Amino acid sequence: MTSRAGRREVAVVAFAQTEHVRAADNLSEVEMLMPVLREVLDSTGLAAGQIDFTCSGSCDYLAGRAFSFTMALDGVGAWPPISESHVEMDGAWALHEAWVKILTGEAETALVYSYGESSAGDLPEVLTRQLDPYYLGPLWPDSVSLAALQARALLDAGETDERELAGIAARSRKAAEDNPHAQLSGSPGVDTLLESDYLARPLRPHDVPPVTDGAAAVVLAAGDTARRLTRRPAWISGMDHRIEAHSPGVRDLTDSPSTRLAAERAGLFDAGSPPPEVAELHAPFTAQEVVLRKALRLDRSTAVNPSGGPLAANPVMAAGLVRIGEAAARVSRGEARRAVAHATSGPCLQQNLVAVLESDGAGAEGERP
Amino acid sequence: MNAAPSHKVLSAPLVVEFPFTRSLGPVQSAFLTGLRERTVLGVKASDGRTLVPPTEYDPVTAEELRDLVEVGRTGTVTTWSWNDRPRRGQPLRHPFAWVLVRLDGADTALLHALDAPEGPQAVNTGMRVRIRWAEHRSGAITDIACFEPDDSVPSTHRAQPHPGEFADPVTGIVAEARLDYTYTPGRAQTRYLDALTTRRTLGERCPRCHKVYVPPRGACPTCGVPTGEQVEVGPRGTVTTFCVVNIKAKGLDIEVPYVYAHIALDGAGLALHGRIAGIPYDQVRMGLRVEPVWTEGGRYPDHYRPTGEPDADYETYKELL
Repeated sequence: MTSRAGRREVAVVAFAQTEHVRAADNLSEVEMLMPVLREVLDSTGLAAGQIDFTCSGSCDYLAGRAFSFTMALDGVGAWPPISESHVEMDGAWALHEAWVKILTGEAETALVYSYGESSAGDLPEVLTRQLDPYYLGPLWPDSVSLAALQARALLDAGETDERELAGIAARSRKAAEDNPHAQLSGSPGVDTLLESDYLARPLRPHDVPPVTDGAAAVVLAAGDTARRLTRRPAWISGMDHRIEAHSPGVRDLTDSPSTRLAAERAGLFDAGSPPPEVAELHAPFTAQEVVLRKALRLDRSTAVNPSGGPLAANPVMAAGLVRIGEAAARVSRGEARRAVAHATSGPCLQQNLVAVLESDGAGAEGERP
Repeated sequence: MNAAPSHKVLSAPLVVEFPFTRSLGPVQSAFLTGLRERTVLGVKASDGRTLVPPTEYDPVTAEELRDLVEVGRTGTVTTWSWNDRPRRGQPLRHPFAWVLVRLDGADTALLHALDAPEGPQAVNTGMRVRIRWAEHRSGAITDIACFEPDDSVPSTHRAQPHPGEFADPVTGIVAEARLDYTYTPGRAQTRYLDALTTRRTLGERCPRCHKVYVPPRGACPTCGVPTGEQVEVGPRGTVTTFCVVNIKAKGLDIEVPYVYAHIALDGAGLALHGRIAGIPYDQVRMGLRVEPVWTEGGRYPDHYRPTGEPDADYETYKELL
């Protein structure tokens, strides 16, 4: 375990997620979330009242419900009053806040959750409201079109081709066949995918993530508490997030310097560290995986999105937290000694978070369930 | 009692509109006023680049930027995508290309639409385009109607210093926005709304603390567990607390003063609110026993009126205040 000198050890000790679907339309947000909260707490044996800090991530714009996170708190059991916080971002950033809280010594355990019911609105249109309201918002550029501009820039630069993009889609959705939580699984071959019409040239339907309703939750714990709660904690050896200029016309859309810097600060490139065996990347559009692999310096020795990734289920606001949970679960199951998780926010990979998860060898071979 | 499970999923259209009024900084004001006057301004960044559209602060160093320059009205496409099905609010109603355009003299690109009637085959990165101005301009990014193909050669246009001063500058914008949703209330609230159609009020009991929630939201906020058991409460209840309303609400045809109260329906673990009528406003009191009054076709009680029973003892509702 390579936690940096003097820093508290913090680990992911539990992870749960919904079976992601196109529309959970008979469930309110709290009804969708509650089984996930129960599952993640039950797997640690902790009651909500024994959690020192709770942090959630969600966005009212998705379902058009003001202060929906206060309703979601009903599912936690927030009385007597608990220490609680919320970010209007993906749950990966809520996890970052909880991690910092534990690092300061203010908490020993934390519950992190996030959810999104994107099915209530027209997601590509809703996401235009996250854009600069002076120069971009009045044009209503939908999220698929903006991602298509980024894909075109990558194609023009020779960084990828349409065949590679179809390969990313096929690989992701085939991998999702082993993931019971995935919304889409299985895929025709690359040649068949390339016969389909464009959705937003140069993107075809397979290049685009599904619209998903879903939720996820993680429990974090420090040092010996983590060792007590689970046999094989997934230690967070480093985590960092960085942001770039908002305007897509100012940035080089074929690169992600913010991802690279966050990875460096998270210790991914530390001298002597082995490459991660697993990478869970929050790349909702196929071409974005190309950008992230380059920024994270991933080669063929790393399995990318063995869960299927966001191309198989993209619950907005939870999809980044799911990446951390999936990477941690691989470490906890003994399938990886070192894994990297990535989350993104904003148009065309504007803001990026990188977490490195590691096993300390405890509960190793022979003890696998 | 347990109601039969509701198989019908309730849903209703929900429209959210939010016309934000936003003020402009000096650079944004000059840029948008310039568009109104068919002049495109950029700003010099700390590293010498010319940013178009211009920002108030340097995207790298965060320094305040103020040196404005004028750039060309023609430029080069740096990337594009094809939009077959334009959405509400987008610049053109027929299929068009989204483009990032680096205007002549600028070092960064501006997002807009490209009108390409010949289709995506006629669009490519590196193609030359020019601004098509909107007929009516007000000082907004939409003063550029769109771009259109241009046969000019890439020019060596140099950005020229510009004072950024115009008569009657634009100092703010109204950012109109409308989003359409389909609202679905979930299982617990669907059962509650279904019961109301037969003038019954359905709460849900927490299996742990046994409190009955009305209206139910599917979870006990104290215990954090699902509330699966449906319990019919009321119809009578007790006023736990109240206020006298003296201001007429917009669009509400109720004479003031009137009383708005918290009412604990018999069997409920918390109070809901409703209007009290059928009694002079200054005679309403804590502990008053009331019952709902429905109007023909009403989806919820119009108001509550006294039942004539003796007032409830404070001890019976003090936990429900």
